This record gives sequence, C-alpha cells and structure tokens, in this order.
Amino acid sequence: MTEHEKIQAELDKYEESVTKAIARFPERDHLPEKRIYTPLDIKDLDYADDISFPGVFPYTRGVQPTMYRGRYWTMRMYAGFSTAEESNKRYRYLIESGATGLSCAFDLPTQIGYDSDDPISEGEVGKVGVAIDSLADMEVLFDKIDLGKVSTSMTINAPASVLLAMYIAVAEKQGVSADQLRGTIQNDILKEYAARGTYIFPPRPSMRLITNIFEYCSKNVPKWNTISISGYHIREAGSTAAQEIAFTIADGIAYVEAAIKAGLDVDAFAGRLSFFWNAHNNVLEEVAKFRASRRIWARVMRDRFHAKKDKSMKLRFHTQTAGSMLTAQQPDNNIIRVALQTAAAVMGGTQSLHTNSRDEALALPSEDSVHIALMTQKIVAHESGLADVIDPLAGSYYVEAMTNKIEQEAMDYIKKIDDMGGAVAAIEKGYIQKEIQDSAYKWQMDVESGARVIVGVNAYQIENEEPPKNLLKVDASVGERQKAKLAQVKAKRDNEAVKKALADLHAACEDENENLMPHILAAVKTYATLGEICNVMRDVFGEYEAHISL
Amino acid sequence: MLPPVLCFERGRDMDIAEEVLNGNRLALSRAITSIENEDEKSTEIMKRLYPHTGHAFVLGVTGPPGAGKSTLTDKMAREYRKRGMTVGIIAIDPTSPFSGGAILGDRIRMNGLTLDEGVFIRSMGTRGSLGGLSHKTADAVKAMDAFGKDIIFVETVGVGQSEVDIVKAADTTMVVLIPGMGDDIQAIKAGILEIGDVFTVNKADHDGADKLVREINMMLDLDGVMKDWRPPVEKVIANQNIGVKELIAQIEKHYDYIKSNGILAERRTKRTKDEILDILGSRIGSYITQKIVDDGRLDDYVEQIKARKTDPYTVVGNVLDEMLK
Amino acid sequence: MEKKIRVLVAKPGLDGHDRGAKVIARALRDAGFEVVYTGLRQTPEQIAEAALQEDVDCVAMSILSGAHPHLFPAVVNLVREKGMNDVLIIGGGVIPETDIPALKEAGVSEIFTPGTKTSDVVDYIKEHVKK
Repeated sequence: MTEHEKIQAELDKYEESVTKAIARFPERDHLPEKRIYTPLDIKDLDYADDISFPGVFPYTRGVQPTMYRGRYWTMRMYAGFSTAEESNKRYRYLIESGATGLSCAFDLPTQIGYDSDDPISEGEVGKVGVAIDSLADMEVLFDKIDLGKVSTSMTINAPASVLLAMYIAVAEKQGVSADQLRGTIQNDILKEYAARGTYIFPPRPSMRLITNIFEYCSKNVPKWNTISISGYHIREAGSTAAQEIAFTIADGIAYVEAAIKAGLDVDAFAGRLSFFWNAHNNVLEEVAKFRASRRIWARVMRDRFHAKKDKSMKLRFHTQTAGSMLTAQQPDNNIIRVALQTAAAVMGGTQSLHTNSRDEALALPSEDSVHIALMTQKIVAHESGLADVIDPLAGSYYVEAMTNKIEQEAMDYIKKIDDMGGAVAAIEKGYIQKEIQDSAYKWQMDVESGARVIVGVNAYQIENEEPPKNLLKVDASVGERQKAKLAQVKAKRDNEAVKKALADLHAACEDENENLMPHILAAVKTYATLGEICNVMRDVFGEYEAHISL
Repeated sequence: MLPPVLCFERGRDMDIAEEVLNGNRLALSRAITSIENEDEKSTEIMKRLYPHTGHAFVLGVTGPPGAGKSTLTDKMAREYRKRGMTVGIIAIDPTSPFSGGAILGDRIRMNGLTLDEGVFIRSMGTRGSLGGLSHKTADAVKAMDAFGKDIIFVETVGVGQSEVDIVKAADTTMVVLIPGMGDDIQAIKAGILEIGDVFTVNKADHDGADKLVREINMMLDLDGVMKDWRPPVEKVIANQNIGVKELIAQIEKHYDYIKSNGILAERRTKRTKDEILDILGSRIGSYITQKIVDDGRLDDYVEQIKARKTDPYTVVGNVLDEMLK
Repeated sequence: MEKKIRVLVAKPGLDGHDRGAKVIARALRDAGFEVVYTGLRQTPEQIAEAALQEDVDCVAMSILSGAHPHLFPAVVNLVREKGMNDVLIIGGGVIPETDIPALKEAGVSEIFTPGTKTSDVVDYIKEHVKK
C-alpha cells in the first residue's frame, strides 16, 4: 500500500464514521468546501514549480524574499473629501498618526472629468472625495507635504493623465523632480466599464491614454506605478473570489497587449504594473486567492509575454478591505470584520493596505473611525504574530488545494475571455458584467433565504437599534465654495495661454502617434481646468456608451 | 360625435384621446398603458384616435439579440430629427414566462434622446403574447401616429415569432445582423430572409463583416429571382454613427418604391383586414371564454372529458353552435 | 389583460455603483414587475421624462455618493411638475438616518438603507402604488 492509498483508506473510514453525525446537521451541509482536506488534495502539487520560495518564481509565497521580515506593508489610508484645504488637513493628520503613504479619493465630477461648476456636478462636489478643478486645487491639496518623501496613490482612472500631470507640476513647484516621485495612479479603465462606472471615453482612445502614460513614465517618472489593475471594484460589484482575479488578470493581459502593440518592450513597463485586490470576509479563501493571483500572473508574463526581468513577473498588490461587507446595522461589528480581512491580506502577502472604517455603510468615515481602522493594521502587525512568518499558511492541505482551485477557475475564465477576443471584447459584449451581476444576485438571494448569515442583517438583529452618532457630514456649501474658487482661478490665469495649450492638445489628440502626456502637462501648467482638458478629449474621442444587460 | 374618454386612472382625470390629439405627452403615455392593459377605456380611446392615423411611416427593426438594434435606432432617430421629423420608438423586450416580469432595457441605449421633445420612447414587454407584436403593439403605434409622429420605429425582441409579426405592423422592415454569429447564419436563412426589405450589417469594423455581407447577398440573389425589390445590404457601425445616412437613404428608397407601386396601399389594406379579423377573433374568443367560465360549464366539460365521456372537439363544436347561432 | 406594475429603476447623479440598482431591478422582475432601468449618470430631468414616457407606477432611485439631498427632491419635483402626482417615488443607498426626514418631507415615500431585503422593497411597492 502506498502512502496515498493508506490515507485514502483512513479517509474512507473517517467519512463512514461521521455520516450519522453529519446527517444531524443538514444546515451545515450546503457548503461548497469539503469537511476536511488531506495530503490527497495536494498530491499533484510540485513544491519547486508551484510554490517555491518568497521572491522566487512563481512567487506564490510572496514577491519579496524577506516580505514582512524586512519591512511591514505600507499602511495606506484612502482619504479625501470636500475641498483641497479640508483634505490636506486629513492627510497631514494621517501622516502624523503613522500612515506611511497617502491615498487620494477624488469626488465624482473630478473622476469623470467635469468641473465643479458644470450643471451635472450639482450635488456631487466634494462628496465622495476631494474636488480638483485645476492645478490651484492640487497645490493646496499637497501643501506642506513633501512629495519627494511621501508615496501617493490616486484613485483616478479616465482622467488619470491629467491628475498625474498636476501632481508632477506641483512637485516641480516644490523643487522635486519627476524622477523622484513615488506613487500610483489607478488608471484602470477596463474595470470602470465592467464594474465601477467612472468612464469617459470609449475603449480605444482610453487604451491609448494608458499606453501613453506607460511610455511617458518609463522615461520621466520611473518610480511611478502607472496602473493599478483593480479587482477590488469587481468584487464590490458582487463577483466571486475567482472572478475577481480572473477578470482583473484578463484586463491586465489587455493592457500588456496594448502596450506591446504600441511598440513598447514588455520589460520596459511591466515592472511598474501593480494590482489592487479586495480583502473579503472568508479569510482562508482570500489568502488562497492572493497566492493564486501571484502564480497566475507570473506564468502569464513568462509564458505568454516572454518577459525576461523578474520584476515584470511579480504581481505586487494593494489591498482594501471589502466595503460591501460592512453593515449599517450594529456598525461597531465592522471593526471585527475589518480585523479579519486585514488578517487575510497580511497572510496573503499584500504590499499595502487600506482598512475601512466601521461607519462606511452609513457615511464617509469620521476621524475616530479612521483611527480605529489604522490601529487595526498596527495590532495585526505588532501583536498578532501573523506578520512574523512569511506565507504562514503554505502547505496547509486546505489552503493549497483552494489556491489550486481558484487558479483553475480563473484560468478557465481567462481562456473563455481569450476566445471572445480579449477583455475589451468581453466587456463590449457585456459578458463580464453579466457574470458579475449573476454572482451579486445569487449572493443577495442567499442572504435573503438565510443560507448565508450576515450578523446583524439577517441574524442576531437588535430591535430598534439606535442610529449611530458623530457621522461625518460634508458641508453642503462646499459646491458653492469650490465654484467661487474656480471662478477666481479663471479670472487670474492667462486665458490666451490656456487657449493655446488646449488647441495644441486638440491637435495632439487627433494624431494617433503623438504621446499626449507632454501636452496635458503643458495645459495643466496654464491652469486649464480638468473639465476643459477632458472636453477637448471628449471632442476628439467621443464618449463611451455603457453596455448594460441585466 | 363620440363621447369624451375620461381617465380616472390612478387618480387622474382627463380626456385621454382628446389630450393625445392635442399633443399631451402624458396622455399619450397613459393611452399606451390603457392599450397594453386592454382596460375598459382602451377601445374607446382607439375609436377616437383611429381617424387620425395613417400618416406615420412605420419602420420595423428586427434581428438577433446583441445585434445593436437599439443603438442603431438611436442613431437613426437622431438623423431623422436633424431632418425635422418627429420620432416615436416602441421597443419590445421579452417577458419572463416564469415570473411575468420583464427587464425593459433598450431605453438605456437611447438615453441621449430622452430630453428631445420630438422623440417619444416607450418600452413594452411581450407579456406572453406569442408574437409580442399583436394588436397591442399595432395600437400603440396608432396612438403615436395619431399623436403626430412622422416616423415610428418598432424594435422587436429579436427572437421567435416577432420577426414574422413585425412585417404585419411595419411599412418597411429592416433586419440587423452582425458578424461573428457563427452558425446562426443558417437560422437566418430559414426565417429572416423573407421578411427583410433592407438588410443591415452592424459592427462592420469587426472581423467577418464582409463575409457576412457576401453571404446575405448570395442568399438574396438565390431567393430574389422573381422579385421586383432586391433588398439592399448596408454596412454600418452604429456606435460610431458610420453608415447611418446611407442606410436611411436605402430605407427611403424602399418606402418610395412601395408607395409608387401600390404595395404600401396593398400592405395597409391587408393590415386593416388582419386588424378586423384579429379583433373579431379575440373578442369572440374572450366573450365565449368568459361565458363558459362564469356559468361554470368549463369545469363540467373538463370533468366529462377526463372521464372520456366526450372530447374537446365535440365540446367546442357544441359551444360554438350554441353561441353563434 | 391584467395590469402590470411598471417601475423605473434610476441612477441619478454620477456614481457608478449600480450593484444595488441591478439587484433590485432583477428582484422586481422576478416579482412580476416590468422594470425599466435607466443606466448610470441620469439627470433628474432625464429620469422624470423617462418616467413620463414609460408611464411607470413607481420611480425607484439609488445613490451611493451622498448627493441624495439634492437629487432625490429634484426628481420628485420634476415628476410632479409633469402631472404625475400619482407616481410612487422611493430611494435607496448609503443614506444616513438623519437625512431621511427631510427626504420624506420632500416627497420621497420611503428610503431603503443597506441591508434591506429585496422582498421588502417588492412588498412596499405592491402595497403603495396606486391601483
């Protein structure tokens, strides 16, 4: 009898012995996972090929050799609301409290390329993030923050080129050259079409803008992460764990293909690609997901795109805890959810982490809540021991089997998307959106049937719960103030220079071979507004019409 | 002089037919609801509107799901608007046979038209009617016609019976196809070929567009030996607004053709005949059904048939003999 | 033919988070309603006009960005201006408890916050639309 046969025999005996007991608990029998996992579940796993060591291909155990035994992850809190002045205060508070990186949230008009005085911006200015109309706002936003020292992540997609240009211009004024700048722009338009909704232009010109940024940064802003290919929002929109990484990696493949098609060498830009994952509630499934994503990307980059540099094959990622898993009911329970999600992200080897605040199902987070969220990271880092050993769950029968399973599911999706002609085609067909929606609907029905318990929502509710106090309220006058500021900027600037810069940008947009970044940078320096710049591009590129199928 | 139709629907009080003729958009909307629900007011409304119909050009838009019918309709409507014509659009989506509900999603692709006062878009569910385009759709078209619309698009579900029914409702029928449907071309051969007055290959920038055009042309040539009108095949890229003007030129050519050759008059005569027969059939049907349900005879018949004492054919024969004598 | 309840599911404002709106749209369909979904980024004017053309019994809006104090009342006013005094208007999304009284005052009949069961929304609409 071989070792495996022996285990199989023992397993059969075990299964036999528990049949009766299990039958008494039918309500726990619907789970997709097996009851226990054994060496049989990972018998085909090859340590050297599939797991290996941290910092070594396929990076299943982590992208750096030392991981948190060298440096902790970057504790990066996503923040921004109201005006640049208010947000600047919050950033400086965060830096004083021990945050090691900034993460800027922009309001919706900014994300969709509208100025604060556009009628469509009415009611939205300063609501979900800070309003940026021109370079003047950006100067205030980073006032007294040394851009040579801090690393800044900006959640900006369709107009990413414009915000990056503004950041470069502010740094220049501070005396910091572009090659010193560290940070990330999200710049991931495909998931906007599929899940998040802040798109402006159609796919083709959007992909051009993205490759223009890749090319410009590889020469001028070499430490900048030019894209954060995001599964976070796909998961928030309701996908499963495997769908999250499958659709995101498919997006990643599309970006790499576009850049190669534009004439870039894969190793010139691939090292600056980064990813953005969700940390959801199911801790072990999430750890497996993070591990699987690294393994898939490494193999895709090596085998499909023939990358040579190690860096090109390493999937580095930022993580945010799952906003959609926060409950409005008994909001303090969210602290525990976030702690578990943090544990998952850390055991999964994240490079940076944003922890959500307990009150985010109700409003923007208050300062107290943000403090608890940040301290959750500190506790996991210093007290839990989870950060003391690299990839601590490797070798677990369950986690390894789960890693394989998620990898397989994701690869099946990627194959399907390839057959459709890639991520852009799959999105245009509405395929990815439909898959996400189906999962979201199933989740909701499981919650409503009680098959999935959400504490405080469909179980353990409190009757007549007191609404929480001290929620952050964005001052309703922010829209008016921002409009007044914008009027001032427009009055003060050299309008001839603006006109000339915009005309120049217009011409550049029409020439497909022209890199738009230098033209955008020149325009922002004249204090041309975000809306003006985006309108020039709208004029040439048109606007995306969403594909929605329910 | 017919009596005014008063609408007490949902607390509102207005003479719907009169208001439709006055160009009241809410009245048009509520008239269509009445028609769809076949409520007690609908017949009166239609009687009042009917004399004012017959002016609009009705364009049927059909083709498989995903062919871009709504996007194309949107772009064509914009072009007609530029030419000063007013536009009505009826977009039909399938009703779920299980829940009876429907997602009416075509409107999303026409959001840019919502605020144009010269355009009125109405989404309808098939509500289980086999064709989806029974006299309810035809009556909704008439309501828009009486309201004063110059052109009315009727966009079908794109599956099943609706393709054939559209021909009855429309003056000109346009079939929209896209490359990359694979073996679906076989199915097209079977059904759609006979009904298209104009064929459109959308997404013409995708691989296989030229091949599809060739295939359709080939089939039309095989099919069309005996016909006067050889349907043209136009390439468009609807979402980039490419080829739309040329497409409209072909549609107008067809409209002129059927007008000048008496075909339009013929089609409309046939349509009127169908209408009478449809309404007659459905009224008689529902009259008799109601009767035998109300007096409890239906259940008796069912019992007798179950016991094999009689059969459905005899039962229906007897009922008809009795009621129609 | 029985009357069907028609609902316009609308996303006013700029936020792109339509998971909730889409889940609700499907749940309403599964409850036998006819659902017109507007898609993202609709202005109050577009929503009111769509409500008119579609002759819906109910307008159900979803906002997650915090723009509800401005946008919900704007839709209510425009719908009423068009003569549709009988249309039920409801809203949902990330909406603080403290904002709800003012929204109801403005004519939004009910506000559904995170954690609401879709069946509760279905029941509410069934009970409150004008027959």
